[in-house]
Amino acid sequence: MTAILQTQQLRVEYRSREFHQATKVALKGLDLEVRAGEVFGFLGPNGAGKTTTMNVLLGFVAPTSGSASLFGIDVRQPIARQRIGYLPELTYYYKFLTAEELLRFYAKIFGLTRSETDRRIVELLKLVELESAAQRPIKSYSKGMQQRVGLAQSLINNPDLLILDEPTSGLDPLGRMKVREIIQRLKDQGKTVFFSSHELGEVETICDRVAIIHQGELKAVGRVTEITGQHANLEKAFLDIIGFPTPAQP
Amino acid sequence: MKNIFSVAGVVIKELYRRKDFYVLFIITVLICLVMASVNIFNDAKIARYLKEICLLLVWISALVIAITTAARQIPAERENRTLLPLLAKPLSRPQLIFGKFLGCWLACGLTLFCFYLFFGALSAAREHQWLVLDYFQAGLMHWFMLGIVVAMALLGSLVFAAPSSNSTICFIVIGGILFVGRHLDQVAVSMHEPLRTVVNVLYYTVPHLEFYDLRDLVIHNWPLIAWQYILLALLYAAAYILVFLLAACLVFRRKPVN
Repeated sequence: MTAILQTQQLRVEYRSREFHQATKVALKGLDLEVRAGEVFGFLGPNGAGKTTTMNVLLGFVAPTSGSASLFGIDVRQPIARQRIGYLPELTYYYKFLTAEELLRFYAKIFGLTRSETDRRIVELLKLVELESAAQRPIKSYSKGMQQRVGLAQSLINNPDLLILDEPTSGLDPLGRMKVREIIQRLKDQGKTVFFSSHELGEVETICDRVAIIHQGELKAVGRVTEITGQHANLEKAFLDIIGFPTPAQP
Repeated sequence: MKNIFSVAGVVIKELYRRKDFYVLFIITVLICLVMASVNIFNDAKIARYLKEICLLLVWISALVIAITTAARQIPAERENRTLLPLLAKPLSRPQLIFGKFLGCWLACGLTLFCFYLFFGALSAAREHQWLVLDYFQAGLMHWFMLGIVVAMALLGSLVFAAPSSNSTICFIVIGGILFVGRHLDQVAVSMHEPLRTVVNVLYYTVPHLEFYDLRDLVIHNWPLIAWQYILLALLYAAAYILVFLLAACLVFRRKPVN
């Protein structure tokens, strides 16, 4: 299988604006490869460098050294983002627009034709169950509804690669189930999903491969069964890999 | 270009869905209406004084709308984090800057059109004549001047962190240029070196916004300015707009958005 997301010796340093403060190294030579058609879980404790990696992949932050590419194109070129969908951790959308207007705006940026846009909007609003609220401004939506709009916008261009930053964070059990269902459906369609999560049970269920990152360094990468190894579950393996002492079993 | 127009469309939508824009618009219209309806000392020429005051009000309102709209565009996107899903699309940062500029500028143009139409109708009702081309020249020059202001405020929004500080600085700089800019060369003559050179450089560097103030043309119903001079002034404005926007693109190029 070909790698559609690749990072090579990726290093990101955040220089402090304060004179006496040291430079913070967020990523230390990260090598990562996500293959076409797989669901890839990106795990790590808070501050490990997950969001920084995603920020580099999406062109939000320029790497200090090393390289990152999507579909073989350098992430610094906007065209690299033509075939991806991105769902941020929290919902950040224009609150004065309606869901339909927001989707239409993003569809225009992707260069979708009017008929294609109309078709995708109907499909996606049905998928995320927002048909009845499509004409209401987003500011009147509940948190769950806003998250669903986010999911719809990430799928507007029928992406081959979906990048999800903690997609189930803040959702109720029903919302989580819905997101899992959508990820599973995308996998069945042969799409690639790269997502970060703290829900290790969820990762264990839906991921083909996972990577664990800690303090900016890649600690482990492989199939879930390989990572779990002799541990009881992924959570125990995760704690062991990041060097957190697990309480002894009675 | 398609991406630039898409971003501009959202800017315009945001502006006409905000209440503060309508408040300013309605207040200006009401004041103009009240002033146009009064007849001080039964003087027939009082209309010119009233026109002057009303046009000044239109200028102030248009400046407030242009600066406050442009100054909050990028900071609001950063603060609300709407920039993240937007830049995760195949949209380059220069396209975003140019789209924001176009949206603000077109919105200002739309506002100016309404102001001048209303003001023209009002003064025509009192003077029984309406020199449409005079109003067109004055409005067109005013619009291009606002283009420079919008581009300057956009650049400022990338340099200064808070929109309020950016707006304040923009108001001071633009006010300074309008009131003092034209006299800087004369001020320089009375100075000693090296201050003289500094002031002279400043005189030739700052955009001379006073070129675009054609209020007298409308107030005194003067004959039209030759179109070649208008064209030159528009080119001068276009050059400054381009310089400010390119500088904004340069500042924004490697700025982290998270």
